[in-house]
Amino acid sequence: MKKAEPKHKRLISFTVNGDDIEVEISASDRLIDVLRNKLRLTGTKEGCGIGECGACTVLMDGAPVNSCLVPAFQAEGSVIETVEGLDASGKLHPLQEAFVEHTAIQCGYCTPGMLMSALALLREHPEPTREEITRAISGNLCRCTGYHQIIAAIEDASAKMKTTE
Amino acid sequence: MSSFTVVNHPISRIDATTKVTGRAEFADDLAFDRMLYGQVLRAKYPHAKILELDTRKAEEAPGVAAVITYADISGAQAIGPVRPDMPIFVSTRTMYLGDAIAMVVAETPEIANRALDLIRVEYEELPTIFDVEEAVSEGALQLHKDYPGNIVNHYPLRKGNVEEGFKASDVILERTYTTQLIEHAYIEPEAAVAVPGSVDGNVTIYGSIQNPFTARRHVAQVLGVSLNRVRIIQCAMGGSFGGKDDVVSAVCARAAVAALKTGRPVKVVYTREESLIESYKRHPYVMKYKVGATRDGRLLAMEIYILADAGPYSSMTPFVTWRSVVQATGPYEVPNVKTDVYGVYTNNTYTGAMRGFGSPQIIFAQESLMDELAKELGMDPLEFRLKNAFKQGSVTASGQVLDEHTVSLMNVIKKATEAIGYSEKQRAYAKNKTARGKVRGVGFAASYRGVSLGAEGVDAAGALVSVQPDGSVYLHSGLAENGQGLKTIFSQIAAEELGCRFEDIVFMDTDTSVIPDSGATVASRSTTMGGSAVRDAAKKVREVLFGVAAELLNAPHEEITAAGGKMYVNEDPARCVDFRDVARAAYGKGQLMAALGWYQAPKVSWDEKTGQGKAYFTYVYGCQVAEVEVDCDTGQVKVLKVVAAHDVGRAINPATVEGQIYGGVTMGMGYGILEEVELQDGVTKTRNFDEYLIPTSMDVPEIVPIIVENPDSYGPYGAKTIGEPTCELLAPAIANAVYNACGKRIRRLPLDLERVLLGYSLRAARGKRGSEQA
Ligand code: FES
Ligand code: FES
Repeated sequence: MKKAEPKHKRLISFTVNGDDIEVEISASDRLIDVLRNKLRLTGTKEGCGIGECGACTVLMDGAPVNSCLVPAFQAEGSVIETVEGLDASGKLHPLQEAFVEHTAIQCGYCTPGMLMSALALLREHPEPTREEITRAISGNLCRCTGYHQIIAAIEDASAKMKTTE
Repeated sequence: MSSFTVVNHPISRIDATTKVTGRAEFADDLAFDRMLYGQVLRAKYPHAKILELDTRKAEEAPGVAAVITYADISGAQAIGPVRPDMPIFVSTRTMYLGDAIAMVVAETPEIANRALDLIRVEYEELPTIFDVEEAVSEGALQLHKDYPGNIVNHYPLRKGNVEEGFKASDVILERTYTTQLIEHAYIEPEAAVAVPGSVDGNVTIYGSIQNPFTARRHVAQVLGVSLNRVRIIQCAMGGSFGGKDDVVSAVCARAAVAALKTGRPVKVVYTREESLIESYKRHPYVMKYKVGATRDGRLLAMEIYILADAGPYSSMTPFVTWRSVVQATGPYEVPNVKTDVYGVYTNNTYTGAMRGFGSPQIIFAQESLMDELAKELGMDPLEFRLKNAFKQGSVTASGQVLDEHTVSLMNVIKKATEAIGYSEKQRAYAKNKTARGKVRGVGFAASYRGVSLGAEGVDAAGALVSVQPDGSVYLHSGLAENGQGLKTIFSQIAAEELGCRFEDIVFMDTDTSVIPDSGATVASRSTTMGGSAVRDAAKKVREVLFGVAAELLNAPHEEITAAGGKMYVNEDPARCVDFRDVARAAYGKGQLMAALGWYQAPKVSWDEKTGQGKAYFTYVYGCQVAEVEVDCDTGQVKVLKVVAAHDVGRAINPATVEGQIYGGVTMGMGYGILEEVELQDGVTKTRNFDEYLIPTSMDVPEIVPIIVENPDSYGPYGAKTIGEPTCELLAPAIANAVYNACGKRIRRLPLDLERVLLGYSLRAARGKRGSEQA
């Protein structure tokens, strides 16, 4: 077997969950590839690769993005947040707690993306209406739960985050 | 209040924390040193002869470790749960577009992908067959020479005499209903990693595998080794719904062959497109129903002819269609029945197990038909159904007397219809005569469903409970978590029986080297079968611990009881000892604190010629009511509210039961109005979620779950089942509601814009898939 030819590589740096990262990427790498394969942050999932399912949702400079659609080089200089950062303090984030309490999880494959979309929403609108919650997660497909317990969990988390403020 | 400590409580899922933190390990999250990646080359034509296959160029490409084809397989070339007819790699002839021809294994997925283009395949296209009615007609092309007429299987059922039944009928109705091809659409596509073992000839496979024992059997057959040479460890499953069975066996087998050939771990992960093209789907059915009734609304006869499109491989078709033949008349007393269900080979994507398993199709037909017949008789659909509905002691189409469990059909129908105000709404909406703008309607559907496998197959399951010296507990189960919450409810059962704390239980991922073959996690059998096995194991261990506790407490063995982490004297709970201390003491005395539990299903029977027998040992009943809004100008159907009443026997965990209802109802809604895998001359057109539409959070209606409890004599604590019945009822409820709203009867799923507006689909007119014009 011959060796694979070296491809065009470059270094980029950005912040992931508060850590400064420098990583070598190739031109075709997507943000999700860098997160999952290079940084081994495998909490972010891939379900479609075309921006339809939301399993790959992460926050980029505070906004939810489909990391399967973001070319890795675009992450240069940005602040990325993934599900692994939610309990960085060693304690579950109120959103995570609410998902646990409300059985808002079945297979759990959509869960990381759901949580990140919900987090972006609650930062923007700490007291969202049910309508706003439904809209905020409408790009996150879940085949298991029928969304009801997820919406209830997000409502509950928003209430709890308010009282602890 | 519940008399249980752990069971029957809405406890948080045992796997919740690992899932919300992103730490749960799914197959694609695993990485091994020196791991290679496999990419599959699939057929170019649905039916073609392979004249030449040349992989040399691909093999020589830099970074490619190997190219695997049929020639690398030393054992079985083909697998199948019933008949081994699905090739791991095709050698001479493709039968559908998803057939695998070769797999490139390389240092990176990209290299493997590029190398696929270097494989040269020369084809000679063959005549094709995509329409089931054409497939069973005289002189049709024969796809498998051993199965003349393209018949996979045929199940007849004969009860009474239909000719006489129709003669005595005042009203006779004949209708044809058809259903579409449906994708499971688990959000995690297929994935597995095969690791060549440390012991010679062994391979360990980690994967998104619904049924570890089935995968093990298939992999062993393909490798030509004994079962104990293949070890399967189930990863967290990103959804399955019946879908990660045979197709994943094939993925595992290919990965295993490649791992043994290269001596390195091999990972195979599908893209969504590959998943949609290759994986099996839910069967499309063509269903011809003839029904006769008296003027006052008593059903007298039903004649049913069903063709189920199996695609080119038998897969689970013989089992799926068997459930259809048992339940085809619905939960109604019909004295004269003649049913014939056929599985039919075609060159469409093959079909197999999917949540519902042969019931969503027939329930769409029979429950639409019940409304149509009520209309014909000038009766209220509810009153008409109640007149014929199963009650205690009713006799089913297969001659089974329903007297060993509570027949709660009337109860669930009443609860669901009353909760939404069905009767008043139905009458009010029926008066609506505008053909413009938005109009509302209500409709419902009811069903009965046999629990577990029934006379379909061997039905037994095992579990292993092992208490550690400090009182913590390992639980192993032969039935596997699919995302539905099995780990949680099995742990609840173990904690209830042992009397330990729920938190002290660790549920181990299913590992075929640890636990006996328990068959498949299918047919909503896990609670009844696996749950009973867990209970059996826990009881055995508890007996040992009670003996030790009796000594510690200086009380007779029979007077010891346990709950919530304590063992105490029944009459005097103050005399107690911590569960952990009992475990410590038992360990100190050298007592065995582990046990294997086993549960075998009660006897059932079936006569293949007459379709008579005790098909299932128990049944569940369900009713769903839908309120919809139809836009007469656009044809859009919006589901506003659903009430779902389900008899579950006993809810081991009410929160996960509700989760099953929300999820199943939503999936049922997709079946009713959104979803269809579109094939055009055998070529998959819907390849990703931009074209295959599943419900989003914006689509789901208000859902009201109603849990009805009637403890069963067989399942643990009286529990029966919930996974599948939730997903089989909504499509016909919606069709009936649409009729109530605008007077249009739609007999083909899904009820999308075009069908509601025009009565037919513009999309399907492009392709040759049959039955659209019916
Ligand atoms: S994987 Fe990115 S949206 Fe589906
Ligand atoms: S929990 Fe399975 S996809 Fe959402």
